[in-house]
Amino acid sequence: MNIKFTFWKAVFAVIMVLGLYSTYVRYLHGLGAVSNMTDQFPWGFWIGFDCLCGVMLAAGGFCMVGAVYLFNVESLHSVVRPAVLTAFLGYLLFIVGLLFDLGRPWFIWHQLIYMNPHSVMFEVGMCVMTYTTVLFFEFLPNVFERFHLKAPIRWIHRIYPLLIVAGILLSTLHQSSLGSLYLIMPSKLHPFWYSPALPFFFFGSAVAVGLAMTIFESTQSAKALGRHLELPVLVRLGGALLVALWVNALLRFEDYFRRGMLRQILKPSYEAYFLWVELALSFVIPIALLSFKRVRISPNGLYLASVLSLLGFITNRLNVSLIGFETYVGHHYMPKWTEFSVTLMIVAVGFALFRLAVQYLPIFPKDELSPARVGASHPAAPGVPAVLQHAGD
Amino acid sequence: MCIGCKQCELGCAQQNKLRYDDAVAAESVQSEHKYTVVLTRDDKFMRRLCMHCEHPACASACPVGAFHKTKEGPVVYDVWKCIGCRYCMVACAFSQPKYEWGSLNPRVRKCIMCPDRVVAGKQTACAEICPTGATKFGDRDDLIKEARERIRQSPTTYVDRIYGLHEVGGTCVLIIAGVNVEDFGYPATAKIGETPMPEYTGQVMERVPDFIPVWSLVLGGIYWISHRRQEVAEAEATERKKNGSAR
Repeated sequence: MNIKFTFWKAVFAVIMVLGLYSTYVRYLHGLGAVSNMTDQFPWGFWIGFDCLCGVMLAAGGFCMVGAVYLFNVESLHSVVRPAVLTAFLGYLLFIVGLLFDLGRPWFIWHQLIYMNPHSVMFEVGMCVMTYTTVLFFEFLPNVFERFHLKAPIRWIHRIYPLLIVAGILLSTLHQSSLGSLYLIMPSKLHPFWYSPALPFFFFGSAVAVGLAMTIFESTQSAKALGRHLELPVLVRLGGALLVALWVNALLRFEDYFRRGMLRQILKPSYEAYFLWVELALSFVIPIALLSFKRVRISPNGLYLASVLSLLGFITNRLNVSLIGFETYVGHHYMPKWTEFSVTLMIVAVGFALFRLAVQYLPIFPKDELSPARVGASHPAAPGVPAVLQHAGD
Repeated sequence: MCIGCKQCELGCAQQNKLRYDDAVAAESVQSEHKYTVVLTRDDKFMRRLCMHCEHPACASACPVGAFHKTKEGPVVYDVWKCIGCRYCMVACAFSQPKYEWGSLNPRVRKCIMCPDRVVAGKQTACAEICPTGATKFGDRDDLIKEARERIRQSPTTYVDRIYGLHEVGGTCVLIIAGVNVEDFGYPATAKIGETPMPEYTGQVMERVPDFIPVWSLVLGGIYWISHRRQEVAEAEATERKKNGSAR
């Protein structure tokens, strides 16, 4: 066993111990003891990061499913499975995070019986619940294949078109609704981030993040698993990311322009600094980088650009959920270490589960078979729906 | 008219069975054990309490409908439904809902306008106990009429403004004062506007029922077209192959 492996194991153990301690504090002493949330800051880091960023970072699932199965972009086929896995784990962990954040998590099922259709939160809750179920079914073929269960795979494939459409529909709804949540507080959220277009921004950035996240996780797992990196796939994703970033940037610009904010966002202020960091990381630097063909075709360049934009959009979510409220509240909110440690634990568990899944399940195509060619070299057998083949390989 | 005696705080605490002693009386912020507070700036006093909006943001925000406005006016809370997401607290323009942060089964706490008393035709506890009549309970329209009358009669005493008349679409707690309510932490009218808060999210939410079928059809259509194209291409390819081998 090499040293690096034990080092990361140790880190994992430390994170878990601290996280479990914080879990103990959370459930035996309450939210007040474990967090720095107050009546002035009823939503803290767990909502800002675990929920808003967590759901956003899991957007790769619906983006890749959409690209490959909806638009039939065959060349991206090899990244669908890891993207769906990431999304599935992401949503599961988001729900775990929610169980920490909700004051009365044991009543989470009330959502199903006391419905308030006027509530954005209700819509988000229902979508997340059903979408996690959809992701579960999209993920299942991995398990069936692992145990060579032919019949259930066929069942899943029969409903695959339904799963694909439902998954993308639900993602569109709740990714944008996470932005709509903030529409009800025009007097509280700072005008840099409050905009009637919030649902569009949240959805648009989720698509960009979905692409960036797929580049990130492909590169990362290629490194970790010693797999051969599929550069053409990444290059294609990089191109799409550049377009998505431009669309997002133009939407944001248009919004600031129409609301007459352009002068204000350039004036130095506490919020402006955070906004600049956000805009630089999510738009300016990655767009500049990706505009160079040399960067767009280099693995390192693509990796750098996508990581920067991920950091940028994470900053955006934290700005919307935390920084944007500080002026209204009149003081700063700094998460307690136990809040961080719970989040860290959840993220670490996510990494561990991903690692285990790729080790034991056929998530990544076998290296000797280039997946793009697998799909193309086996023309559909007569009478078999095209989806069947693709979902399976 | 308010003399800052804090009797309303006491009455409220008694009504809601909250602890009330010198320490609580000295607290100048609302909390889970203090639904209303009398604030002091120089020689002026002002109360803060839930405004009982005509279109309450909390009720529209709550995913499980734990808040609702009764027909008499109070915005009340059903603790059994609550899951503790605290969206109500973030959504409220007046930041009125407070939370039991120290509890293991926490509840949202706020003034609920003594709904039992109101239904029984009695005044709220705070209005009943008020020695000067600074807090007055009654029918909203009557109170507005009286407020206008008072402002007309003593224009030097009052700022010509009824806070809550139009703010966020109107509230059931109305304030007239000799100072600006903003000095006591109330959000400025210009800031919160006169649009009911639920409308901001309502505009989006009302599109959802239409959006779902339309978007499903679009997605299904894209799916069908892109796969149909592939099928056709593949069919043509096999045909070509067949023709080729036959020749």
